[in-house]
Amino acid sequence: MLEIRNLHAAIDGNEILKGLDLTIKKGEVHAIMGPNGSGKSTLAKVLAGHPDYEVTAGEVLYEGRNLLDMAPDERAREGVFMAFQYPIEIPGVSNAQFLRLAYNEKQKHFGRDELDPLEFKDLLKERAKVVEMDASFMTRSVNEGFSGGEKKRNEILQMAVLEPKLAVLDETDSGLDIDALRVVAGGVNQLQGPENAIIVVTHYQRLLNYIVPDFVHVLANGRIVREGGKELALELEEKGYDWIVKADLQGSGAAAPAN
Amino acid sequence: MSTAEFLGNKEYKYGFVTDIESDVIPRGLTEDTIHVISQKKNEPAWMLEFRLKAYRHWLTMTEPKHWPNLKYPTIDYQDIIYYSAPKQKPTLASLDEVDPELLKTFEKLGIPLTEQKQLAGVAVDAVFDSVSVATTYKEKLKKHGVIFCSFTEAIKDYPELIQKYLGSVVPTNDNFFAALNSAVFSDGSFCFIPKGVRCPMELSTYFRINNSESGQFERTLIVAEEGSHVSYLEGCTAPKFDKNQLHAAVVELIALDDAQIKYSTVQNWYAGDEEGRGGIYNFVTKRGKCAGRNSKISWTQVETGSAITWKYPSCILQGDNSIGEFYSVALTNHAQQADTGTKMIHLGKNTRSTIISKGIAAGRSNNSYRGLVKVMPKAENARNYTQCDSMLIGSSSGANTFPYIEVMNDSSSVEHEASTSKISEEQLFYLQQRGISSEDAVSLIINGFCKDVFLQLPMEFAVEATRLLGLKLEGSVG
Repeated sequence: MLEIRNLHAAIDGNEILKGLDLTIKKGEVHAIMGPNGSGKSTLAKVLAGHPDYEVTAGEVLYEGRNLLDMAPDERAREGVFMAFQYPIEIPGVSNAQFLRLAYNEKQKHFGRDELDPLEFKDLLKERAKVVEMDASFMTRSVNEGFSGGEKKRNEILQMAVLEPKLAVLDETDSGLDIDALRVVAGGVNQLQGPENAIIVVTHYQRLLNYIVPDFVHVLANGRIVREGGKELALELEEKGYDWIVKADLQGSGAAAPAN
Repeated sequence: MSTAEFLGNKEYKYGFVTDIESDVIPRGLTEDTIHVISQKKNEPAWMLEFRLKAYRHWLTMTEPKHWPNLKYPTIDYQDIIYYSAPKQKPTLASLDEVDPELLKTFEKLGIPLTEQKQLAGVAVDAVFDSVSVATTYKEKLKKHGVIFCSFTEAIKDYPELIQKYLGSVVPTNDNFFAALNSAVFSDGSFCFIPKGVRCPMELSTYFRINNSESGQFERTLIVAEEGSHVSYLEGCTAPKFDKNQLHAAVVELIALDDAQIKYSTVQNWYAGDEEGRGGIYNFVTKRGKCAGRNSKISWTQVETGSAITWKYPSCILQGDNSIGEFYSVALTNHAQQADTGTKMIHLGKNTRSTIISKGIAAGRSNNSYRGLVKVMPKAENARNYTQCDSMLIGSSSGANTFPYIEVMNDSSSVEHEASTSKISEEQLFYLQQRGISSEDAVSLIINGFCKDVFLQLPMEFAVEATRLLGLKLEGSVG
């Protein structure tokens, strides 16, 4: 589904990703972990097409197509979804209005029928169960006045409505208390299936107790420096990131992922 | 998509010219011009007197060029044609006798006038250059006692009402453009809602300027008697010409005890091209008087067109407990300039006013809010709430807020809130990440920004306004 080869990306001329390789297949859940500043969020934003990031080398193939050639909205319609670390407020625009527009853009893109507000309301009600959100959220302005937990739930609601093929969750656990974490992770698990894939970007192992990854990749200094199964996350929780980062530096910075 | 690509499909679709034979008087303005206009309309002597008085006063006045935040070359008032009317039979037995070219023109503008196709629930007075060419649902309204007709007819058929109310809210010497209008106005709409009647349908006037050399000077007068209610809509478009055209209208509203008038405008005059060539100079005086107790006047405007917009729909809150409201969205793009706002004059006790203004400036445009809240000594417990929000798109546009507050009564309360924002890259990216194109994303954000105002518009107008803002901003972001 996704193949990243030797990806280099920079913001304001500072290179953040320095030769990243990653392959993701349908039905898989991948966790991207790493210390602060390692490039985790940059990877998420580059995949989504954030305009501030410049890809300086490498390629990304999504379903066989060059993802980097696609505009952010086209990527989204083709099934790439990013759950934002800091969801954005859109004053005056109701959640339902926003979600219906997004949903119908996708329907149009695939030549399917668009839904009118009433039809969409039914769909929304159904999907909202995934994250246990009640109807009052639908009439409120997008993310305006939402608590941190509500914003994150709203991200997963959007995921439930748009049914992405590839979902990138950028630090979805940050700022969540344990109950909200359970709801959000539960929602993600319900949406995970054999036809889609999920990338979970996180600093902490905590979230991975709920969303169990098939693969864990450790990012340091813009490259993947270690890969493993879900046990790797537990090891990191115990030992921290330092030992991996140091080991990588001693390896004279050569890209030598341990697989 | 690049800006240039968008230009292909963002053409001002009302920019066409109707090829029709017109009765046009020579350009220029003298007392003779006024005599000619008055004669053409077979007016009574009192009407001519009104015009001449206004004209003589106008001669002593100077154009208000210093205080508005607007820049434009001096207007040559002798280079304007003050009367241009399509030639047709003077009296028409039915709407179907209106010149087919005119019917076609209005149909193309989305305003079908023939009996079979008329808009349901909306009565329309169609004004083409200097004259009203048709008014729909006149008979039906008459059954309810509602008078809705062209100004020309009103002068002929209801002289007492016109003499009583014309100039009673905006006197002939009120300001330069109002004086000019009072001297040369050629037509417009008159509405009268008798005591206790809730007008059974929306009333509307659609203004169309067609002649490239003529100005449009029309008057609207709405009188709502005790306990009556009326909702009135106004729409305007004009062809694309390289030359600027002057539109100087006067609108007067009078609400007696317990009466309510809701006046909504979607203004889409030709705005000129991207370099600022051509477009309408929209210098308009709109004022309502809440003359009676518990009366209410509500202005809602969506200003998207015109090269220059200079207008301040105002309320004189004379009756005790009367309410004035002003909801405005003003959008400027390219080289457009707007200096718009309101005046709320509190005279009576317990009078209340609300001002919600949303200014959006894109391109190199300049958008100013100018508003006066004045509480006179006898206005016990007067209250005002003002909220002025500006949104800037791109880095070359400008937004200003000029609030004037004069309070002469201690028991009153006046609140003013203002904000300026930009559409952030992050907002755009967020929406795009959900599959929404950048153009639609801008539209969505703008509509959210304007929501408080759009909620005040009648349903059909709200849909139109939403679509219009999207069209106006195409290509201005990203």
